[in-house]
Amino acid sequence: MDPEASAGEHDGAHDAHHEPLGFWRKYVFSLDHKVIGIQYAMTGLLFLLFGFTLMMLMRLQLAFPGEAFPILGSLFGEARMPGGIMLPEFYNELGAMHGTIMVFLGVVPLAVGGFGNFVLPLQIGAPDMAFPRLNMISYWCYVPGGLIMLASFFVPGGAAQSGWTSYPPLSIIAGQGQSFWLFGMVFLITSSLLGAINFIVTTIQLRAPGLTFWRFPFFVWSQLVTSFLLLLAFPPLEAAAVLQLMDRHVGTSFFLPSGLVVSGEILQATGGGSPILWQHLFWFLAHPEVYVLILPALGIVAEIVANNTRKPLFGYRSMVYSVIFLGFMSFIVWAHHMFITGMGTTMATFFQTTTMIISIPSVVILSALLVSLWGGSIRFNTPMLFALGFLPMFGIGGLTGLPLGLSATDLHLHDTYYVIGHFHYVVAPGTIFALFAGVYYWFPKATGRAMNETLGKIHFWGSMVFMNVIFMPFLIMGLAGVSRRLWDGGASYAHAQPVLHWNVVSSVGAWCLALAQLPFIYNFFKSAFRGKKVGSNPWEATTLEWATPSPPPHGNFTTPPVAYRGPYEYSVPGSARDYSPQWEPSGA
Amino acid sequence: MEIPYTVSPRPDTGLTNGKIAIWLFLASEVMLFGALFATYVMLRVGATEWPAGATYLNIPLAALNTVVLISSSVTMVLAWASLAKNDFGRFRLFMGITILCGFGFLFIKYLEYSEKFHHGYLPSTNTFLAIYFTLTGIHGLHVIGGMVVNGWFWGPGSGLWKRDPTHFTNRVENAGLFWHLVDLVWIFLFPILYLL
Amino acid sequence: MDAHDHAEIDRHVKAALFVFGALLVLTGFTVGAYYLKLPTHLAIALALLIASVKGSLVAAWFMHLLSERKLIYWALILTAVLFVPLLLIPTLGALDAVRLN
Repeated sequence: MDPEASAGEHDGAHDAHHEPLGFWRKYVFSLDHKVIGIQYAMTGLLFLLFGFTLMMLMRLQLAFPGEAFPILGSLFGEARMPGGIMLPEFYNELGAMHGTIMVFLGVVPLAVGGFGNFVLPLQIGAPDMAFPRLNMISYWCYVPGGLIMLASFFVPGGAAQSGWTSYPPLSIIAGQGQSFWLFGMVFLITSSLLGAINFIVTTIQLRAPGLTFWRFPFFVWSQLVTSFLLLLAFPPLEAAAVLQLMDRHVGTSFFLPSGLVVSGEILQATGGGSPILWQHLFWFLAHPEVYVLILPALGIVAEIVANNTRKPLFGYRSMVYSVIFLGFMSFIVWAHHMFITGMGTTMATFFQTTTMIISIPSVVILSALLVSLWGGSIRFNTPMLFALGFLPMFGIGGLTGLPLGLSATDLHLHDTYYVIGHFHYVVAPGTIFALFAGVYYWFPKATGRAMNETLGKIHFWGSMVFMNVIFMPFLIMGLAGVSRRLWDGGASYAHAQPVLHWNVVSSVGAWCLALAQLPFIYNFFKSAFRGKKVGSNPWEATTLEWATPSPPPHGNFTTPPVAYRGPYEYSVPGSARDYSPQWEPSGA
Repeated sequence: MEIPYTVSPRPDTGLTNGKIAIWLFLASEVMLFGALFATYVMLRVGATEWPAGATYLNIPLAALNTVVLISSSVTMVLAWASLAKNDFGRFRLFMGITILCGFGFLFIKYLEYSEKFHHGYLPSTNTFLAIYFTLTGIHGLHVIGGMVVNGWFWGPGSGLWKRDPTHFTNRVENAGLFWHLVDLVWIFLFPILYLL
Repeated sequence: MDAHDHAEIDRHVKAALFVFGALLVLTGFTVGAYYLKLPTHLAIALALLIASVKGSLVAAWFMHLLSERKLIYWALILTAVLFVPLLLIPTLGALDAVRLN
């Protein structure tokens, strides 16, 4: 175990060059990637909690459709819950905003903005990001975007309620909240674009001497590919958002077809537009976006698996080639979300084929991580438990994607609960588990204190069990043909009756999952103030972020690091210790 | 704390941070305009009838605008070259002309737009006008953005020239890359919207 | 800055001025092609051809792409490759679509 380093002490001579920063420059508009990373992480976690709350309301309605809930009724008012009974419009608000908030305001800011910002410069031995001011601006574009999204709940007609996918024509004729959604997206997209540029330049230019591309931790590779996805896939959605705003406010008809009938009357619109055009532009982003959701998670899991098996990752090179290939392929599979739009067989064949091909690198990466466990001296600490839990959950998520990617089976499964089950398996006990793992793993680095292991294990087991209680029934309901986005959970459909009871099971699972998060929240804040202090390398890890004190000082490294070897030199034969850090010269 | 390779290039990549950053940004802009061109193609191919550009648009004015933008690209190159040869005075001259050309472009655009509004031709009139106004409008916003940046370097930002001339020269070069992209987009916009 | 660098820059400026001339001529061609009143498909092909030549000149000389580094080339090639499906798939999809009439 490394000796206790002076956690949090600054280099005195270094400080003499800088005047002390005021409160605003130090904590609010900081240019330090570590502060910005924590800002992103805290804001992202808050939004995840809020999105989770929206879901719990939805699950109440789905378990007991049409029932009156007086307390909630008085909270949400007559416009949304008259007599305490949830209106379908309110359910749709919750649904659209749950998805939007979880994806764009929760997971990506935490996974990319939070973990990427905090860990990446440290892992490559850099003093900060290449463009610290741009970094700060990125965060302060994200926050207004989030606030605009939240504000939309308070406008007449409520928040966006046309799904997170905002399909026209419904989204064009929807109330004000939809315009707020579109504006909010413009801010969020801008934030991501600026961040992506920063990450790519930083990774290429600011890596430490000796840190060649083939010595990058897999986490760095996954963030690099993610950044390219954000950079090149988001702009079409930004353009599409502008077009939809114009359809809504300027009277254009990019997405409105001619002769549209709404509520029995012909809509007064120019016409000549195409709703399918929106779907293409939206999914051109949204498919790579789901890889933005998973790649940082794979990166985090890779780091934690290597560290807690005390072995190099199996198939590191294959994993790198796979993640690059995956990133590229993710741009040419998007229309598998559109198989039922009346697509011809040529298009369907093309997108089926690319979708089947893209499963290959995913399987390679998952397999490499699984095989990495073989013969390892596994330490079952909390980060590793979440990483281990991630693996089979991501496996289920990935496998359930296969019938969705094949056009013939997708015809039956599209827009059913099967789809919701598939993507939640990947993102919830998938990505979010990896993010939890990352929090437990890097919390000591960021704060200089350890989180409590017992509370961590309770958090893990509770989450693992109840995630499956929630989402396994979705696959069953979907196969039975229950459609998604139904405010009553399928209660008014004859074919849904045999599987309706699963709604109650899932809802109970959701509320128990909420309870299982309480130890985490408590642990997080208590440990930040009272956790056991740790040194620079409490996990006995090999990557560069562990070379510096916990928390790292301004400028990150007291002496500029040099990389002497690959990222996962664990249990090297002939070595005195079971790990050989990247930054220690040979023979140390 | 100094961020390395801000001014001098990193030996193995041969590039400064800013140079990579601006090219990455331009790549994202290509995708942005790509989406708008994709919109144009899909709506036009799917339309039962599509008006010729000349029905609504003023070709001579737009051709003039093309010349204006191309000229401004040349003066932008000359502005950077002046800095590279340590001639700040000529930089101000050529950058000034570049900015004036930008104003010229915007003025001609104003003439075009107001003529259309006067005739009642609005984005809501038909799909052709919708995509015309959107494509030229977003392009116009990029012209304004470029002019703001160029104006900054011409005016208040030029203090950097005294403190770190190489850094200033690099920044002007990168701003020039953005300006050239704006020109490049117009080179495609003009024939596609006006002449086809 | 030494004389060697100045000579390099002067060459660059000279090339840019040549390109300027070429661009003006090609703009003339662009407008001239319009007055040829070719059939639509030919008109589109010709317009795009001329625009591509002009664009390539701007990229190669104004944007100095001819002497840029490999990293930039790779980023742009990636972008160009991804630009194509974005541009074409929506339309090709519409043309391939199932029709009821």
